[in-house]
Amino acid sequence: MAEEWIVEANGLRKTYDGFEALGGLDLQVPRGSICGFLGRNGAGKTTTIKILLGMTAPASGSARVFGLDATQAQPSVEIRRRTGFVSEDKDLYDSMTVAEITRFTASFYPRWRRDLQEKYLRRFELPQERRVKALSRGMRTKLALMLALCRGAELLILDEPTSGLDPAMAEEVLQALVGHVAREEMTIFFSSHQLTEVDQIGDRIVIIDRGRAVVTGALDDLRESFRRVQLVFDGAAPAAEFRAANITRVQRNGRVISLLVSANADAVVDEARAWNPASIEVTPVTLKEIFLESIRMEGD
Amino acid sequence: MMLFRLNPSVGVPIYLQLMEQVKHAIETGALQPGDQLPGIRPLAEELVMNPNTVAKAYRELEHEGVIELRHGAGAFVTANARAGKLADKLKQAQSIVAGAVDRLRAQRLSEEEIRRLFEAELSARRGGRRG
Repeated sequence: MAEEWIVEANGLRKTYDGFEALGGLDLQVPRGSICGFLGRNGAGKTTTIKILLGMTAPASGSARVFGLDATQAQPSVEIRRRTGFVSEDKDLYDSMTVAEITRFTASFYPRWRRDLQEKYLRRFELPQERRVKALSRGMRTKLALMLALCRGAELLILDEPTSGLDPAMAEEVLQALVGHVAREEMTIFFSSHQLTEVDQIGDRIVIIDRGRAVVTGALDDLRESFRRVQLVFDGAAPAAEFRAANITRVQRNGRVISLLVSANADAVVDEARAWNPASIEVTPVTLKEIFLESIRMEGD
Repeated sequence: MMLFRLNPSVGVPIYLQLMEQVKHAIETGALQPGDQLPGIRPLAEELVMNPNTVAKAYRELEHEGVIELRHGAGAFVTANARAGKLADKLKQAQSIVAGAVDRLRAQRLSEEEIRRLFEAELSARRGGRRG
């Protein structure tokens, strides 16, 4: 099996009490990437992560991590052994001190990296003798992250790693992640609502909506291919139907037609000329716009 | 070295932004031929950006002959980085001149008249500077 994809899922479906959490999700995360996993609350992000870690089973579809079947008991143990996971709640044993939980966690992992442990304890300024329950939210996040980074994991799955952190602390966490990926052979798959941080450290994204992937790709490719094409007419905008593929959204407003194009804006511009607009303007699109437009496509 | 400022939210690929800023630094003399650029890892960490993106920008810059990646030693501005810049400039200038000549031709001016006009303009400027 080609190991090009660290994570690969096809047609994942999952229903909870009649609510369809995943409706045929496809997902690919290439080795060595930092992949942002975006979607609204309830879009299916946490369910997807649980399936990848073998913590819940899909109704149908396949999920592979490191080429191993995440839906089978034995392979999923292996997946969890090779993956560092930080949940949204940063689950940690509250009654232990930082030093105790570090020793405790280290004892489970033969590949524990004592060098990284020393480095991150210092860098994150974690107070060794303090109990976990007495840590601030930011400290707790950094501790959970330190424990995940030191395991010698090949894949890091992070559920909202910076939620609740102040901007300085969030930046510190992002910097640690970027530095870690640069030095170690490592892939990061992280969910986030912070589009700016995904924009900043990610090189790939997956946007899911209502249990399906609606945008997948390399961020720089998306920045290069997504365009807004704005047509201004002398009179009311014609009820033009566009044949070009890749038009994600069409909005008409008085004299203006605004098109969101996911690729090949030139073809759209060529087609638009036939309607004789007074002006045609093509502008780049931000990740925020891509996100907002792609998650409401079906809704209206 | 904080030469580069990237803005992920403008819709321009980050690797292109980084490439442009390296070229700009060379053009302004902030980076000189032979200067070493920060390594991929330290730069990614300093700018808090994706290491793969830095690597892509460096690869493209090498492809364009602006920098040279020496195995194990890092990235260096090439000796002809400036020369490349000049070649680009001359190419652009050529098309400006071609456009001007086309317009003068359309006014039915002869080749000799056009040549004299160019020379007159240039010498008028030389004179202007002296005076």
